[in-house]
This record gives sequence, C-alpha cells and structure tokens, in this order.
Amino acid sequence: MLVFTLFVIVPLGINIAYSTTGGTDLFLPARSYVGGDNFGRLLSCADHLTPATCRDDLFWVAVWNTVRFVLLQVVVLVIVAMATALILNSKIRARGFWRAVFFFPVLLSPVVVGLIWKWIFQRQGLLNYVLFQFGADPVNWLNDRAWAFFASVGVSVWAHVGFYALILLAGLQAIPRDIYEAAELDRTSPARVFRRITLPLLWPNLLVVIVLALIRAVQVFDEVYVLTGGGPGTSTMYLTQYIYETGFASVLRNPGVASAASLLMGGVLVVLTLVQLGLTRWRDRK
Amino acid sequence: MRLIPFLARRRGGKGWHWTDIVTWVWLAAGLVVIFGPALWLLLSSFKTPAQLAEFPLSILPYASQTALVETKGGPKQLPLFTVDLPEGGTAVMAELNRIGIMANMVRPEAPDQVLKVNIDARKPLREMAFATENYTKPLKEFDFGRYLWNSVFVTVAATLITLITNSMAAFALSKYEFRGRNSVMLIIVATLMIPLSVNLVPLYSVVSWLGLLNNLWGVILPTVATPTGVFMLRQYMLTILDELLEAARMDKASEWQIYWRIVLPLTAPALAVLAIFSVVWRWNDFLWPLIVLSRKELFTLQIGLNTFAGKLNVQWQFILAMTVVSIIPVLIVFIFLQRFTTAGIAGTGLK
Repeated sequence: MLVFTLFVIVPLGINIAYSTTGGTDLFLPARSYVGGDNFGRLLSCADHLTPATCRDDLFWVAVWNTVRFVLLQVVVLVIVAMATALILNSKIRARGFWRAVFFFPVLLSPVVVGLIWKWIFQRQGLLNYVLFQFGADPVNWLNDRAWAFFASVGVSVWAHVGFYALILLAGLQAIPRDIYEAAELDRTSPARVFRRITLPLLWPNLLVVIVLALIRAVQVFDEVYVLTGGGPGTSTMYLTQYIYETGFASVLRNPGVASAASLLMGGVLVVLTLVQLGLTRWRDRK
Repeated sequence: MRLIPFLARRRGGKGWHWTDIVTWVWLAAGLVVIFGPALWLLLSSFKTPAQLAEFPLSILPYASQTALVETKGGPKQLPLFTVDLPEGGTAVMAELNRIGIMANMVRPEAPDQVLKVNIDARKPLREMAFATENYTKPLKEFDFGRYLWNSVFVTVAATLITLITNSMAAFALSKYEFRGRNSVMLIIVATLMIPLSVNLVPLYSVVSWLGLLNNLWGVILPTVATPTGVFMLRQYMLTILDELLEAARMDKASEWQIYWRIVLPLTAPALAVLAIFSVVWRWNDFLWPLIVLSRKELFTLQIGLNTFAGKLNVQWQFILAMTVVSIIPVLIVFIFLQRFTTAGIAGTGLK
C-alpha cells in the first residue's frame, strides 16, 4: 500500500503542483507559483487549427498529429482485428497456431518493433527492394512527411492488432453456435449472418475494444519514437513525445509545462477510461 | 497430378466458397507480414556490413570465398572470383589488386601468371556464411554484455517483488474485512486509469527525491505496484473458500502460514500468468528506463539498442544482431505461453 501511495497517489498531487509552478528547477520547493500560466501557455492560440499561431506551437503540432494518428490507427486497427478474429473463428485447421501467429508481435518490445521496421523502411531496405522487383521507384519512406506518418500508423497496427483480435475472438466464441446453425438451415448469406447475428451480439465487445484502442493510441510513443524519432521535422511527433521532450530531453527543460500537458492528456484519458469502465460493466451485465 | 484436387478437397465434400479463398489469402498474408519482418531481421543479422549495404538484396547471408595464395609479398588471403576467360570457358581466380575497371587476377595454383580481367567479366564466388562476429563483438567489446545483465537483473528483481507485494495486497484485500477495504479497492481501480505517460514528471521527482536516479532500483520500484496484478490476483483469491482458511486457523496456523502455505499455492495459476506478463513488460520497458537512466553503464538492453541506433554512424549489423538477442527471452515466453494463457489474456483484458 505504501508503494501505491508513493508511486501513484502522491505523484498525482505533485503533478498538479508542478503544473502550477514555473522555472526549470526540478526541486519542488524551489519553484515559484505561477497559477494557470502553464496551461495558458499551452492553450492560448489565435487559431487552434493552425499551430503556428499558438504560443506553444509544438504542443498543438503534437495535438493535431495525435488526433490524426488516433483516428486513422484506431479505424484500421479495429477493422483488421475484426477481420482477423472472424477468420480465426471460422472453421480452419490449426487455429491455435494461427492465433499465435497474430499474437506474436504483441510480445515484442516497442524498440524491437521500431528497429525491425526501420530496417525494412531503409532506402535500400526490403520494402524498396520489393518495389524494385515490380519495377517501381524506391520511396524514401521515413524521410517523407506523409509516408512517415503512414508508416507510424502501419507499424503500430502491426504491433497491436493481435491483442485486439484475441479479445474479439473470445467475444465471437461466446456467441452460441446454435444461432449460426439455425441461420445455415435457413440458407442465410454470410454477409447477412454477419450483419444480423455477429455484429449485434459482438457489439458490446467491439465497443470495449474501440475505447481500449483509443486510450492506447492517444499515448502512442515508443515504437514510433524508435522508428522515426518524431521526424522528419515534427510530422510524427505525438503528445507523449512532446511531454517527454519538454520535461526531460530538451536543454530548456520545463517540468511545469510538461506536467500541464500531461494533465490535459490525462483528462482526456480519464474520460475515455470512464467510458470504458461503463461499457465493460454494461457488457458483463448483458 | 492428383495434388491440386487433393489440396482443394474440403471436409464434408462441399465445394469452395469465396469466403474460403478470403480466409486463406488473409492467413497467408498475415503469416508473411508478421513473420516476414522478423525472419528478415534474423537473416540480416548474420550478414556482413558489406553485404548489408548491397542492392539488389540477397535473402541469405553470404560471404566472399577466399583462398590462400603465394604472392610475391608472401602468402595472402585473397577473394575468389569466377572469371569468363577470353579464350572461352570460366575459371576460378583470385584477385591480386584492382586498378579502375581492370583487375589483376591469378589462379591460386599458379600465382605467377597474372591475367588482366575486366571487372564486368567476373563474378564474386560466394558461399553461405554466418557473420557471427555481429553477435560476439558487441557483447564483448561494446557494452551490450553489461546491458544484457542490467535487463536480466531488472526483469528478475521486478518480477519477484511484483509477485510478492501484489499477492500480499491481494490477500489482504480479498480475505480480511477491514474498514475502508472498498475504498482501497476503488483507489486501486482508479490508479489503473492513470498511465505512466501522464505521471512522468512527478514520478521522476519522487524517484529523484529517493536518490534513485541512475540506479536500477529506480527503474524497478515504480513498476512493481501494478494495479492490474493486484486486481487479477484478488479476483482469483476470492474464489478460494474461506472455510479452508478457518480450518487452518482452528489448527493454530499463523496468518503468515495461511498466506504462504495455503493461499499462495492455490493462486499458482494466476501467479504464473502475472509472472509471465511481468517478465515481458519489464523486459520490454522503454520510456521509464529512458528517463531514469542516463549513465551508459546502467542502460538496459532496450535503451542501449535505441541509443546505438540513434548514433550518427549507424552500425546496423550490430543493431540487428542485438535486436535478435533481445527477442530471445520473449520468444521463450511466447512458446511457453501458448499453452495456457491465450484464453486468459482475452478474459482479463490484461496489458
């Protein structure tokens, strides 16, 4: 319990203390009270959609990068996970083996994931070689703003899809078989079976998966940081990297601003988590 | 050619449906996309830097064959080539030296007859070879042996402490009635909601206040209080019958004995799952060690890899090899895990 208090409860209080004080000093009593200045610095913008007009433009670059990332990644992730779960749930041989195949990347460390793909995305890497075989021009994957963004989305989907597919598979297996048998007797088409039976019965699980994926996507950091380092420029710099760099990595480190940013992100996450807890309850009651 | 009808035959004698094709395409693509990169990593890790830099790529690791040739300056190891001879036919020859596009080549058995050969008229003679120095060199000459040890230490210590503290907390929370028990449980669930990335600054200041910056314990301690672990173990312990504990109390067993000799053995399956997860989590940890550890000799394998890959002059052959090394423990867990947790993970929504 002591450990808990020490490492979870106390930090939350300190977080608030940091976010309302200024300066580069890490020692809390040496910091001066600035009230809402840190939040003001982060939030004041002439136009929130154009980061260049903001006082802290990097923060808003990170915010909008994260929003784009979350939207695309969660959609792709859920669709791929859903398809994988459906296929794993159909009558295939060696299901255990296939389940393991899709789960494998989940166990890999983000550093390993980042490095494996960085190697493949090299200018003279495997991917360009495959393109070359088909007669296409090589692409500078990680040095192109758009491609680097798509690469970061793709790699994080690759790394996490097995986990969500497994949750959905468990949900699919909980659907009683006899409903499907009845549908088969009625010669219902597979598409109709999916829309009328599978989807409604899986919906609670699917919602939980979506929210869980959202929560994790908002915090994206490690594998992308290893893959691109946030670059080229700032095109793949996401919120957690902004917090890390503002608080620890840059020369002008500013724990107050980092704290304020992390509290703002934490607020979003708490809302998402409450939604998730509510959904889980609702699912388990059903 | 009965092979194709055999392969296409399906159980129950029904014909093919488009969903079957989709299924097999999806599974095959999944296999390639998931294991392809990992396999590519493994193959690349055995290649020499020269081979890593070449394009078009070759799948398997090769090295140039060499032969010991008696030259005027004494015996030398020289690379071998297959040369198209001007009079027709080919011969295996060693390269003495090269000037522009012409190379001076000799037959290894007759080192006196030098032949000038256009470099387009020859191909390097290569054999499959594994550049194992990619593995041995970083472990011996660079700090990777040290990093490996740090990672093992952090993983083992954190997992042991996690199991002990979490099971004790879960024991208290499931088997004792005390005031505020429910609020404690609520706090634990609440902490599930606050991820590390939100608490970086304060956690850092707590650890620095404890004097644990640049200390492996600073990496270990904040991670041992995993709410998920307490939650999971508690749910499991709730299923242990209280009568069992009552019977032990009648026999004058101490509370410690009850915990150690009755509750823990009965919780073994859940503990095993938590242990496996803890090993994977701690082994793979990145952001927190990155912040706490800034002295090179304390780096864990993950941080070492990242730092090494971020250098200006990236030595991919070593990075690839060390990445393979860092996958090995996870691979062992993966094979071990197969048996009993795939259902469990989905059930608890862990991670």
